[in-house]
Amino acid sequence: MEKQGYLDLYHQMVAIRRMEESAAELYQKGKIGGFLHLYIGQEAVSTGLIAPRTPDDRVITAYRDHGVAYNCGLSAREIIAELLGKATGCSKGKGGSMHMADVKKNYWGGHAIVGAHLPLAAGLALGDLYSKTPGVTICMFGDGATNIGYFHEALNLSKVWNLPVLWVCENNQYGMGTAVDRASAVSDIREKADGYAIPNDEVDGMDVLAVQAASAKMLEEIRAGGGPRFLEINTYRFRGHSMGDPERYRKADEVHRYQENDPIGMFRKYLIANDVASEEEIVKLEDAIEEEVRDAVEFAENSPEPAPEELFTNVYVETY
Amino acid sequence: MARLTMREAISQALWEEMERDPKVFILGEEVGVWGGTYAVTKGFYDHFGAERVRDTPISEAAIIGAGIGAALTGLRPVAELMTINFAFSAMDHIVNESAKLHYMFGGQMVLPLVIRTVGGGGRQLGATHSQTPDAIFAHFPGLVVVAPGTPADAKGLLKAAIRSNDPVMFIEHATLYQTRGEVPEGDFIVPIGKSTVQRPGKDVTIVTYSKMLELSLKAADQLAKEGVEAEIVDLRTLRPLDMAPVIESFKKTNRAVIVEEGWKSYGVGSEITARIYEEAFDYVDAPVKRVAQKEVPLPYNRTLEQSAIPNVEDIIQAVKEVL
Ligand SMILES: Cc1ncc(C[n+]2csc(CCOP(=O)(O)OP(=O)(O)O)c2C)c(N)n1
Ligand SMILES: [Mg+2]
Repeated sequence: MEKQGYLDLYHQMVAIRRMEESAAELYQKGKIGGFLHLYIGQEAVSTGLIAPRTPDDRVITAYRDHGVAYNCGLSAREIIAELLGKATGCSKGKGGSMHMADVKKNYWGGHAIVGAHLPLAAGLALGDLYSKTPGVTICMFGDGATNIGYFHEALNLSKVWNLPVLWVCENNQYGMGTAVDRASAVSDIREKADGYAIPNDEVDGMDVLAVQAASAKMLEEIRAGGGPRFLEINTYRFRGHSMGDPERYRKADEVHRYQENDPIGMFRKYLIANDVASEEEIVKLEDAIEEEVRDAVEFAENSPEPAPEELFTNVYVETY
Repeated sequence: MARLTMREAISQALWEEMERDPKVFILGEEVGVWGGTYAVTKGFYDHFGAERVRDTPISEAAIIGAGIGAALTGLRPVAELMTINFAFSAMDHIVNESAKLHYMFGGQMVLPLVIRTVGGGGRQLGATHSQTPDAIFAHFPGLVVVAPGTPADAKGLLKAAIRSNDPVMFIEHATLYQTRGEVPEGDFIVPIGKSTVQRPGKDVTIVTYSKMLELSLKAADQLAKEGVEAEIVDLRTLRPLDMAPVIESFKKTNRAVIVEEGWKSYGVGSEITARIYEEAFDYVDAPVKRVAQKEVPLPYNRTLEQSAIPNVEDIIQAVKEVL
């Protein structure tokens, strides 16, 4: 990878971190309503995963979606504007934190019913298979989502139809307050893919380069007509499930232990130690990101509310 | 015009649309090799092949979910749910996904999906296999719900549904498949969202749809012998609901009976009745009557089951009560 490739990954991870921190602040000020699920701690997962995709490849995820949106090329401006429910948001203020998408960038959302988007992902992949177009669908979901029936129906169908889909479980050790081993019959979630004869692997989700390599390999196998693949990415969320989570289900030391392996801090060290970039260059980049996110917040705050008539638009495409 | 059964009319619409547009394909349980549980897709697999007539596992959520996903890529899937009773296993995808995506993402997602399914009782299939829960689906903005009562409407509405860019729930009735009627040949479209007068009259308005249209027409014939001319309005589309022909008829007759096969509580009749009172209260000469299913899960026993489903006598009785 060229130097710029490394810096792009670092840029994306830091931008997601700063965006999420700003979102938390805006939430505390009462400017964001509803639920807000932060991606802090998991930045290397979507950043590494999406880096090797081509523009033909589709991405779909759950409600923890702001970071994924950024990795798919949405701007911090339209992401934060959506959080504030503004007309300039990526979903015109009608979706909110959990429902962000930009289909022109092949980013298909942003789905808030746990596991329900897995059958949709099978359908997106079916679309490419049927139309003989080259895309692979990358479908991300949490560990908790592997316990709902949709997961099993979708994996089974993907194998039966040999669909070009990469199933990606972001195992952040908890579904809300329930630890994986309290909810899942197998703690190594990727073993579930064995039941559907889907080749699978796992990777350290705190190491962006490892995730990138694992993703690239599987995407290539799928592109070659190999059918679905399953990647379990082990990670950890540093913040609560959503804003206002009292976090009674885990101890502070556990969180601190994972924070020592901060994916951003580790990658920063790597870049300097391997002479990819100097400390000075990195600080300059970080300042630019700071400014990018500050500008996005300003843009969002100054953006207009949706027009009142937007309430009734987009219910149907056709006029009956 | 040919005289076709409802089954033939639906089959013809599907066949012609698949011939016309390679983006149209079918997925569902037993649609292919078996030829369709109700034989609607007989011969399709051999003609169109396994890619376009896709047999699925018994995975209702995945059938609808994959239909949605494929539709998002620009295809026009017709996803078949073997019967409407199994739609509950796919409720999340019908309600929380198909009916929401266009709105929730600010108009950027478009899903031209048809969900073909069949409901209705009267075949001694017991409580789990005999339901008419059409009103439930009509509750959700974002979803189009169509339920034809004649072979011609079935053909024309199915073609319209396949060409629509909205998700359409297309509800057939199991005991109408053998019903015959004149069906225009070729490219015949019936617009979605338009109720229609199926029989003109001046004394009372009967509002109905699907299987109950057949019964209402029989009831009207008998009433005519007694000098009562009933006007029958067939809703055809439950959402978006076209009240104009209902209100126009009611302003003429000042009396109405609403006939549906589903349960009365929170049903189609409840909605139509309320709208008549809201939109034409000054024209009411008698309380609007509803004829609907008894409030029980349908029993297996033939006599018991028949006594729970509306019949021609029930309709005649209700009409006499409002006259
Ligand atoms: C079908 C459904 N049930 C319950 C919920 C409420 N809920 C939202 S997130 C969540 C936990 C999901 O955990 P996981 O899949 O591991 O994702 P994570 O939040 O860890 O990213 C639950 C139970 C929901 N949104 N959908
Ligand atoms: Mg989790």
